[in-house]
Order: sequence, then C-alpha cells, then structure tokens
Amino acid sequence: MYEALSSFAQTGGLILFVLAFLLVLIYALAPGNRAKFNAARRIPLDDDAGEEEAGHG
Amino acid sequence: MLEKHKFLERHGLILTIAILVTVSIGGMVEIAPLFYLESTIEEVDGMRPYSPLELAGRDVYVREGCYLCHSQQIRPLRDEVERYGHYSLAAESMYDHPFQWGSKRTGPDLARVGGKYSDEWHRQHLADPRALVPESVMPPYAFLQSRALDYYQAAARLKANRAVGVPYTDEMIENAESDLRAQVDPLSDQYEAFLARYPNAQVRNFDGDAHQLSEMDALIAYMQILGAMVDFETYNAEENYR
Amino acid sequence: MIIAVVLGVGALLSLFVAARTVDPLMEVHAWTFLTAFILGAFALASHISSPPRGEPDAYELGVVKAGVFASVFWGIAGFTAGLVIASQLAFPDLFYFENAPWSNFGRLRPLHTSAVIFAFGGNVLIATSFYVVQRTSRARLAGGLAPWFVFWGYNLFIVIAATGYLMGVTQSREYAEPEWYADLWLTLVWVTYLLVFLGTIWRRKEPHIYVANWFYLSFIVTVAMLHIVNNLAVPVSLTGSKSYSLFAGVQDALTQWWYGHNAVGFFLTTGFLGIMYYFIPKRAERPIYSYRLSIVHFWSLIFIYIWAGPHHLHYTALPEWAQTLGMTFSIMLWMPSWGGMINGLMTLSGAWDKLRTDPVLRMMVVSVAFYGMSTFEGPLMAIRSVNALSHYTDWTIGHVHSGALGWVGYISFGALYCLVPWLWKRKTLYSNTLVEWHFWISTIGIVLYITSMWVSGIMQGLMWRAYNEFGFLQFSFVETVEAMHPYYIIRATGGALFLTGALIMAYNLWRTARGDIRSGEQNLTPAPSTPSAQPIAAQ
Repeated sequence: MYEALSSFAQTGGLILFVLAFLLVLIYALAPGNRAKFNAARRIPLDDDAGEEEAGHG
Repeated sequence: MLEKHKFLERHGLILTIAILVTVSIGGMVEIAPLFYLESTIEEVDGMRPYSPLELAGRDVYVREGCYLCHSQQIRPLRDEVERYGHYSLAAESMYDHPFQWGSKRTGPDLARVGGKYSDEWHRQHLADPRALVPESVMPPYAFLQSRALDYYQAAARLKANRAVGVPYTDEMIENAESDLRAQVDPLSDQYEAFLARYPNAQVRNFDGDAHQLSEMDALIAYMQILGAMVDFETYNAEENYR
Repeated sequence: MIIAVVLGVGALLSLFVAARTVDPLMEVHAWTFLTAFILGAFALASHISSPPRGEPDAYELGVVKAGVFASVFWGIAGFTAGLVIASQLAFPDLFYFENAPWSNFGRLRPLHTSAVIFAFGGNVLIATSFYVVQRTSRARLAGGLAPWFVFWGYNLFIVIAATGYLMGVTQSREYAEPEWYADLWLTLVWVTYLLVFLGTIWRRKEPHIYVANWFYLSFIVTVAMLHIVNNLAVPVSLTGSKSYSLFAGVQDALTQWWYGHNAVGFFLTTGFLGIMYYFIPKRAERPIYSYRLSIVHFWSLIFIYIWAGPHHLHYTALPEWAQTLGMTFSIMLWMPSWGGMINGLMTLSGAWDKLRTDPVLRMMVVSVAFYGMSTFEGPLMAIRSVNALSHYTDWTIGHVHSGALGWVGYISFGALYCLVPWLWKRKTLYSNTLVEWHFWISTIGIVLYITSMWVSGIMQGLMWRAYNEFGFLQFSFVETVEAMHPYYIIRATGGALFLTGALIMAYNLWRTARGDIRSGEQNLTPAPSTPSAQPIAAQ
C-alpha cells in the first residue's frame, strides 16, 4: 500500500502536474484568447461613465 | 440575458473551486501521510503524559510566549548536539498539544534543559535574569513567584488533552488536583500513588516556598522534565532512521 | 436581517459566558464581545429607522474609507509595537517592568506581528479588495450591510486578539495565536467576506474577471482553509479561554508551518499581488505588461506555494522526505514569484520617467523590487545547508522584514496614497514632498533593518558553530547574545525611521482628506488617474 502510493506520487504525480501546467500554458497562450485578454488588460483603466452621474456624495 | 448571467455565476464559482483544489494538493501530500506512516514517530522508552503540575507549567510557558525566544528542537548538527545534548526525537513531543519547537533562538534551546540547573538557579534567573547572567536580554518573571497556581480546571485540562489523544487514564483525571499538590510535597501520603501514575516525576517543592503552590512551582517543574523523559540507553538510532 | 440575528445570538452567548465563566480573561472578552454586539445593534437600528434617502450610489465606498482609516491606525500601532520590542532587545533594562507581565517581550511580540500582518495588512486588503472588485466588476458591493459587518467584525477580532495577547491568552501558534472563540468569530466574518466578494463578482458587468480579483479570491479562499485546519482545537471549557490543539508534536509542527508559511504566501503575497495588479497599472496609466504571464504565474504560484511550509522544519524531527519536498518546492517558487515581479516592473516600460516625478508610483515599484529580492532570498534560505546556518537566527527576521517592510509596507502605502484622493475626491495629495520624505526616511530605515539583521544573523550562526583549536565550542551562548547588542540598536533605529515615515504619511493623508494643499507645493503630477476625472478610453 505504502509502496504503491509513494511510487504513484513520484511518477504519476509528476506527470499530472506537468499536464496541469501545460493546460494553463495552453489557456494562456491560445491565439483565440488573445482578444479576450487584451480587453481584460484594460479593465482597470477604462472607468465606466455610469459612475459620473451616480456620484457618491 | 438570463442564460448569460447564469454562466457568469458559474464562472466565479468555478474559479473558487479551482483555487481550492489547487491549494489543497500540497497539504494533502505532505501532511496527511504523517498521520499514517508508522515511521513518523520513533519507538522509545520513557515517554509519559505530563503530570498535572508539569502540564500547568507548560501552560504558563505557552502563556508567557517563551517559545518566541527559546526553541525546543535540537538539530542533528555537531555543534548543537555538543551544546545541548542528543538531537530531538519526534517521540519527545508526541504529547505536546501544541508543539513548542519554536523558530528563533534569542535565548538558548530548552529541549534538554531539564536537570541542567538547580531549581534555585531557575527561580532566581526567572525572577531577575540579569542578576545571574548580566548580558541576558530576557524579561523578568518575578510575578510568577507571587501568583498562586490557578488549578480549578486541573481535571478539565487533563480531560481536554485526553480528547485530543493524550493517554490520561480515568484515575489520573480523578486525582488531578491532589496530584498537583502531591508533586510539591515529598511527605504527602499520595507520594507512592503519584509516582506510580507518573514514573520518574520529580517530587519536591520547586520554588522554595512551601506556603503556596505558585506558577513558579509549575514552570520549574515543567522545565526540569524537559528532555529528561526518554531513556537513551535503550534507544536505537539506526533502527529508527527515516 | 441576518446581521441582526448574528448580533442578537452573539450578545446572548457573550452574556451567558460572562455570567458563567470562572476565567477572568474570558470574562473580559465576553464583556468586550457583548459591548461590541450592543453597539452593533444600535448602529443597525439607527440605520433601519432612518435609511439613506434616494438611490444607492454606484459604488459602496464608505466601507473602503473606513478601511483606509483603520489601516493607517493599526499600521502605526503595529510599527510602534515593533519599535518597542526591538528596543527591549537592545536595552533590556529600559522597557521591562518586573511586575507587569503584559510588558514582556513574549506577550508583545504576537501583538506586533498580529498588528502589522492582520490589523494593518488585513485592513489594507479588505479595503483595497472592496474597492478593486467594485471598480473592475463595474458593480456595487453585494450583500447590503454585509461589507460593514465584515469590516467591524474583522476589527472586533483584532481587538479580541490584541487584548488577549496582553493578558496572556494565546495558542502559541505563530501568526495564529488567538484562542478558539476568536477563531470561530473570525471564521464567521471570513465566510461573509468570501460571500460578499463572490457576490460582487457575480453582479459584474464585465465578461472577464480581472486578474487582480483572482489573486484576492485565492487569498480569501486559501486563508479560510488554512485558518480552519490550523486552529482545530479542543477547549478546556466552553466558558474558558484555554484550548489544546488537536494535533501534537511533529504533525502539529507541520500543520502550523504549512499555515505559517502560507500566511506569508496567501495573506502577504497573493493578497498584495492583487493590489499590485490594480494600483500599478492604474497609477502608471498603462495596462499590465502581460496578461498571459499573469495567468501562468497565478496558477503556478498558488500551486507551488502551499508545499513550501516544511522548509521551516529543516533538520528537525520531521521526516526527511517532507523536508526535501518543502525545499524543492521552495526553490521552484522562485520562478512564479519572479514572474509576478517582472509583470509588475515591466508595466512601467516606456514610462520609466514617471518614477522621477511621481513618488507614489516609485514607492510601489520599489515595493515590487523588494518583492523580487525577498523571493530570491527565500528559496536560498530554504536550501537545507543554508538553513542550517540561518535557522533560529536574526537572518530569518531580516528576511521577513525585507518582505514585510519593503514589499507589503510599500505596496500598501502606495495604495493608500492613491485611494485617499480618489475616495475623498481630491485632485492631488496634500503634499508630494512629504511623500518623498516618507519614501527616503523609511527606505533608509529598511536598509538599516535588513543589513543589521543579515550581519547579526550570519554572525550568530557562525559563532554557534565555531570551534577553538582544542576542538571545543568556542563561544558560550550568552557571548553570542552579547555580540548582538550593536546590531539590535541599529535595527531599532531602522524601525524608528520606518515608523517616522508612516507618521508623515498619516499626516499627509489626513490633510489630503481635508482637502488641503500644502502651500508652495509644486504639483508636477496632478494625481494621475483620479477615477472620476478619467476619460473613457477608446476601445
């Protein structure tokens, strides 16, 4: 039991973590997501106009 | 519109769950096995639960934050073993709820301070550290001497420790209060019974004041047992290599 | 409504405990809780009897203002406590009182660490997260009065923790010292915090959840997990303050340092990275350098950080395999940490000249540089052979403070300097010159602090292991204590300078909120990106 678990942790674990990292990389680098991320980048800079009227006195 | 909103809701939740899963893995792999692997804690002779007085002293030690300047963990490095004694074993803190290994040595390690100094030295040093060690930066603890030990919950404290796994027996819990007094009075009729419950416990008046069971008594009783429980004559280091 | 129930049940419980307890410390805390709940009920009643008229504002900014005030207050309290304990180590006869247990180092050190981490840092995080999540979601905070419950509930926890330390109520778990009842209260507050934050994200009008919110969310979620697991304990009595932790010895040690290191990782790192990802782009008026990098570095950072705890237990009775895992992941952690640093610094590319003219932006950029420095030093110290020397010495203290004063302190000061003009609708700060003074005085303070601790730490480590020509240990322990004296004085001086800087900031922020502008002040930088004056960028 211990042997099986520890050998899985040392090999399967590594493979799983590398795969998970690859998934993150693919998500981050996929060309299809470029437009979405470019829009997201600007979120802090584009303040909406709505707040101007609403005011917060 | 509603469809889209639903998707967004799910998005926030999915992110939360993904984060939770990601941050759970490390802890599960590192911490969980410590509870199952038998090799985590060595087999040793001599470890026993703290006597009620030692436990009360330990509570004072915790309350005053001693662990912030004194470690209780000797590493297997040549200079540490020569300075403080045998390196610390996992078994030596198996009844420590919570552990007191510490993280900083503004003062020396205390894992094996038990028996190194006399009770009187401890009493004077705690009351006014710089009277004995002029270069010391330790705060004074004179107030411990005048404070009566608050032991209304002696039995409840043992019970709480039993609830978290310390093997206190019913007999120990029943006698918790009388054992507190028995440990500072070598002439009491409880002497034999107390030592049967807590083998190798030291029985004497620790703070030199027989009129009152003080917090000083408790703290010194705790410090004098530190590192003194395990019988290293029977301990086999090779067998326990992890 | 729910808040009313919480206050009512809480008040009854505290009254019950106050009446039943035989523990004088618990009695003090029961009355404290009761007072707070009654005050809360009055505030709630007055709010219900005279609700604010008209439509609610687009954003809930009142609670952010309160958070800014609390941050400055607790910051100064925490830095002062630090200066006191640093002075105690330098001049032991000046600050110890024989019969005043509360004045001892052992009681004051948790007061200092909790005040700076949880009271100052926590209030900065709550205030900025409430601000950022509203702005980047274009939605008002969710939950009606719940954000106010989070703010007051959290600060009540701080008061309970701080008074507890002075009286000697502690679990002796570093950075998790408050006892079981304070922990339960914090759990309730924290879950509310998570719900408010998630609720606001659910209301958002942006399709994408901005990356700063990912960092804030990971901070809230992970701290909840760490807090609950590390504080598992059995109280001696339901009307007493004392409890015993569920785990013992080696398991307890690893649980605590899994918590302890990730308090650094998720409270002091990911939370403040959330600040970096909003305030630096905003102040520099440039989008973050690489959004892709932020995604990759986010997931790698939170995955790897959680493993690093065992490096606090090198050469201890913790099994060696766990130590090795901790060391390996600590070294790997260097990469995502620097990913974050690069992303923050490179946001300035093409606008480096702003560092010369805008001291607030400079403060935040220097903060990111300190982040890079301490996340390089950390993996180094996690290597077993280096740790053999550095552990138990002041080197660790110096390392913590390069992160705490440099990274956490400066990014928080930067955020506060941004927030006060934005929240109180002022065109500029009262004085940029005073920001310059703050910056330079505290930078000198940090440099004194960390260099003195490097020297004293490495020196003490070497003295402990020094042998003379006969093969005996060369120094007694107390000789190494004596050798620390000059460095403790330098460290205390550094701390005093850092505190001075914070006092200058408090004055500057107070005058800014009042709407003053220092006479003769040449405002070369009319506080960039005041949100209400911000033009809508072309899409």
